[in-house]
This record gives sequence, C-alpha cells and structure tokens, in this order.
Amino acid sequence: MENRITQINSSLYDQCIADYEVRSSLFAAEAPEVGAARAKAIGHFKQLGFPSTKVEDWKYTNLVPVLKENFELEQDEDILSVKDAVIAKSKIDLLDCYHIVLVNGKYRADLSDAVNVEGVYLSSITDAAARPAFKQHFGRYIDLEKFHFAAANTALFRNGLFIEVKRNTVVEKPLHLIHITTADAPTYFQPRQLFVLGTSASISIIESYGTDTNGAPVFINHVAEIVVQENAQMQHFYIQAGDQHARYVHHTEVYQQANSLYNNYKASFPGTSLWRNNLNVALDGENVESHLYGLYLAGGQQIVDNHTIVDHRKPHCNSNELYKGVMKDDSAGVFNGKIFVRKDAQKTNAFQQNNNMILGKKAVVDSKPQLEIFADDVKCSHGSTMGQFNPDALFYLKSRGIGEEKARALLIHAFAYDVTEKIPIPEVQSHINALIEQGLK
Amino acid sequence: MLSIKNLKASVEGKEILKGLDLEVKAGEVHAIMGPNGSGKSTLASVLTGKENYEVTGGQALFEGKDLLDLSPEDRAREGVFLAFQYPVEIPGVSNINFLKTALNEIRNYKGLPNLEAKEFLKLLKEKQKLLEFDAALANRSLNEGFSGGEKKRNEIFQLAMLDPKLAILDETDSGLDIDALRIVSRGVNKLRNGKNAFIIITHYQRLLEYIVPDYVHVLYKGQIVKSGTKDLALELEEKGYDWLKEDSKETEAADIMLPR
Repeated sequence: MENRITQINSSLYDQCIADYEVRSSLFAAEAPEVGAARAKAIGHFKQLGFPSTKVEDWKYTNLVPVLKENFELEQDEDILSVKDAVIAKSKIDLLDCYHIVLVNGKYRADLSDAVNVEGVYLSSITDAAARPAFKQHFGRYIDLEKFHFAAANTALFRNGLFIEVKRNTVVEKPLHLIHITTADAPTYFQPRQLFVLGTSASISIIESYGTDTNGAPVFINHVAEIVVQENAQMQHFYIQAGDQHARYVHHTEVYQQANSLYNNYKASFPGTSLWRNNLNVALDGENVESHLYGLYLAGGQQIVDNHTIVDHRKPHCNSNELYKGVMKDDSAGVFNGKIFVRKDAQKTNAFQQNNNMILGKKAVVDSKPQLEIFADDVKCSHGSTMGQFNPDALFYLKSRGIGEEKARALLIHAFAYDVTEKIPIPEVQSHINALIEQGLK
Repeated sequence: MLSIKNLKASVEGKEILKGLDLEVKAGEVHAIMGPNGSGKSTLASVLTGKENYEVTGGQALFEGKDLLDLSPEDRAREGVFLAFQYPVEIPGVSNINFLKTALNEIRNYKGLPNLEAKEFLKLLKEKQKLLEFDAALANRSLNEGFSGGEKKRNEIFQLAMLDPKLAILDETDSGLDIDALRIVSRGVNKLRNGKNAFIIITHYQRLLEYIVPDYVHVLYKGQIVKSGTKDLALELEEKGYDWLKEDSKETEAADIMLPR
C-alpha cells in the first residue's frame, strides 16, 4: 500500500492485487487492448487503493464501515437459476421493451429477450473482444489516475455487457437491462459495460438493479462506458431500487461527439445501503446536448452520493443538470457537481441545480456545486438549496380536507415533478412515481 | 350553524381579535367589512386553523362542535371552506388530482367510499359548466402561472366541487376586474341554497352589489362594532370608515370615563 492516509486498509485491496497476479496468464489471451488497459489500471489502483475520507472526492462518504464486511472477490462461476420473482420485481408494467437480464454481471441470453434489430449487436463483454467498435473504444475515456474504483474494475472485471448500435440504426423499443446480484457470502463484484452508438444511431436504455443474497452483503463496483458518436441520441434511465444488503459504487463515463444528444434520468430509492454514482459526461464536439436529471429519495441509514462532471470541450454546446433530493430518517446525501468549460468551449450554455428537501431530523446533505470556466463567452449557472415543506402549501392542502400524511406526499411528488415530468417514456414515469409512493411509506 | 362568542386571538403576542361575536345560520350570507388591519383576515385564519394564530379566549361552535379544537383538515371535512385571499401556487400537483384527493378525504371522513372515476369526472364537468370554468385550467398544476383572477375563480371552483356548509370568502374580489367579478359572483349565487352559508370578507361594497348579503358587519380593532343590512355597506361606501372610528373612540372614551 502506497499511502496510508488516503487509502483504507482492507483485505479486499490485497485480494485485488493477488487476483491480478493469479489471472495475469489468462489476461494474455484477451484482446491486446484489454490487456493493456488492465496493466495500466492495476498500476493506478496500486497507487490509489480504496479511498479514505482524506480524498476530497470521498470526503463525505466513509467507506471504512462498508469495507469491514470481509468481502471476497467474485469467482468465475455459473449461477444456473435465478428466482423469477427477483427479476419480475424490476420489470416495468405495460412497457413494451426488450428485457436483458444480467446475473452477477454476466449476460444471460437464456433469461433475456432476443433483440432482433438490424444494426444492433449485443453480447457479453468477453465475446465482443474482436469487434472493431469494442477495440476502438474500450477503456479509452475514464481517467484511471483519478477514479479508484474504475481503476480496480478495469484491472479485474470478469463479466459485462457490450452493446453496439450501428450507424443510422434507430432502435424503436427500449432495452431494459435488469442487473441481478446473487451470492451466499459477502462478495465484491466488478461488472463492466460498453455501449457504442454509431453516427445517427438512436436508442433508449433502462437499467434496474435487484439482489438475492440471503442476507449476505454484496458490494458492486460497476463501470459503464458510453460512446455517443456524431448526431446519435441516447436516452438513458437508471432506476436504483434495491435492498439494504447491496452497496454500489457505480461509474458511468459518457463520451459525446458533435451534434449528439445524451440524456440521463436517474432515480434512487430507499433500500440499498450505499449508492455512490459517478456520472461523467464529456462534450467533445460542437452542438452537443446533454441533460442530467436526478431524483434521490433516501431513507433509513442510506447513503446516496452523486458525483457528476460535465466537461464542455468544444463550442456551442448545451448542458443542463437538475438533481433533486428528498431525505428521510437518518439518510445522508452528497451532491458534487462539477462543470468544466474549457478555453475552446465558447458559446456554452451550462446549467446546474441541486435542490433538497430535508425531512428527517438527522438527515444530512452535503451539496457542492462547482463551475470552472476558462472560456469568456458563456452562460453558466449553478445553485443549491435545502428546504423543508412550505407551510403555506401544506396549510392550503389541509384546508381542503387533505390529511397531513397525504398532503406531505402530494408535496413531495410535486417537488419531484420537475424531474419526473422530464421522463419521456410514460410507463417509466409511472413506475418511478409508484416507487416514490412506496418510498414515502 | 356557526356561533362565535367573545373570540380573542393573537399573532406573535399581539392581540388582533378582541372579543368578537357572530351568529351565522344556514341559508344566510354575512358580509364582514372593515379597514385594513381590523382583523378580517385573522378571523378567516383562526376559523380555518392556520398556524401562528393563537386563540386566547372565547369559542367558535360549528354545528355544535368546538371548531377551534379540530385540525385544519377536520374543519374542512366538517364543512368549513376558505377561499384564500392569496391562493398558493403548487407546481407539480395537478388541479384534478388535488380535487380528487380532497373530495375523497372528505368522503372517507364521512364514512363514504371513494368516488368512482366516472362519477368524479361527471361532477367535474357539471361544476365546470356551472361556473364557466375553463377546462384547460382544471387540467393544469394547482394555481401555477394562473393570473390573479384565475386563482380566485379556481377557489370558487373548488368551493363548488367540495360543497361545504360554510364558505368564507377572504377578499375574493381583490384583484378582480369587473368581468371576473361578475363571473365569480354569478358562481357564488348559483351555489347559494338554504343549507349553506357564506361569510364574505371584503373592503368594498362593489362585490356586495353582485352577492347581496343578508347582514353586513363592520369589524374594527378586532371587534364587530356595527351590524346592519346591505344598506350599511352603502353607507360605508359613501362615508368611509372614519365616522365609525370616531364612534368607536367615543365609546372607548365613554368606557373609561363611566364607572361600571
């Protein structure tokens, strides 16, 4: 271990280093791009380790209690059966879509719908190794010197999913990825994804998460890379519900080229002990548009930590970020949003807003909106608010006969509405509204 | 229906209502007039249970029940309605969903089941028509982006939907142009019947030309200092409130000077 102040002392670290050594002969058989990325990543991970709260980006989320659980690394084993009910729980009523099921990161064609769309290629990440789009983009975009978990994932991932949507392909029906994690003992998983949208391609992808662990804690270090090439469009939904046995560190790296659109809608709900989301979007072409909408409803002792980076590299791009939080009980939230406007990125419009309703007496949110602007002709704004119920609104509702509890629920829905109304698929919107309803109980 | 006796209330330690008496019977319309700061809106707030208003004495019985003991929602469920002077905008709550929730909460309180969707829509359409209320407004978020007039009309629309026993209209005429005033008044007149009652709080006699009250009361310094018929409103319009202030001062002076 290199630095005892910025790293957490955990057996998991030693396991990771050892695992790399054990598997290095197997890595030689992989695509050279993957092997090179792993070699680089393990070097960085050795430097970085698992971050302590002395690392600025981890200041408010302490992983020490999380890493105490004696996690073992995932092994390469086939899970034959998965309970239907566990999968069904994530499904969205009335939504016409392709269900894609992944178990412990492994793509399960036997549990998934076939996507018979000309121009769409979908496979496990290991089966994708020979594809040009995979070779061209895998491991290219994440700054591994900076992201501890992404470095570990890149060095050691076993399973994952690759989706390629070829040039001019418009996928009408959304893909719904259902990620199931199942284990009998405390386990650490590192699934990986790469999505590549070719020029003028278009797709909607919804991702949900479920666990079946018999009470054993699981830690999922998930990394997704997304490439949105020229004029392509992606609508991307994260529905983060789950139980308290799961902890996620979830990294999404988006790379956008000229005239492309990437919209991310993220909603998390009480249950899962930890959600640490890193969502980084690089706008690396002119006329790029990116919208990041987040809604977090947190309860119990949950920690929800959203870190985003919006990196404007080229002129004439628009980004808009709105994250809204409702914090119940003893929950803790972090919002850290950073917008970079590089010197070349003139005529940028970049907006960022984080609003919170603190309902629990012991609930906490640390909000850190940041702007770094190096261009001189831009429109940017950022802001953060913390609040409670508006007493006038509450009284207005009560004066019409609506009881305290219902009135509060109505106001929370109303608060969330700025985000939920943006969700372009009605079935997904209803699903999220139902999860809000459930999460308020 | 409503019987207020010697009601005293204060806000942040300052006494606003200083012993107010009022009797309202079913079928009646009472107008309460008075200069700024006389306690008109405080009366409305106290009767509907707004926080920050502390009742320091007296009582208000509604259909024999102690109104001041009930939560704001229970007062509404018992049949008290306040048309707000400044209706709150609540973006994200649809007008229709709000009305459905309110209606069902009131029904459940009375032991009635939720209204079927079809029945609810029927009622909605019926009341929209009755009050000439724009369906587009009904479908929007609660009061969001409504003009002052639209907000007031929405209050009366809610009044029609919830069908309370006692409606308190707190300066519903303020901010209304003459056309909106006519429409709102016409609505209120259509809703009047022998079983319900209205308390109309206003500064101006103008509204009372359209909604003709059975009684007019003048509230001054937290007490009703004069009551009469609709002619009193005309007199106030003509002479202003000053003559009453003079009267009141004289009474106060008399109170002090005369040994009891």
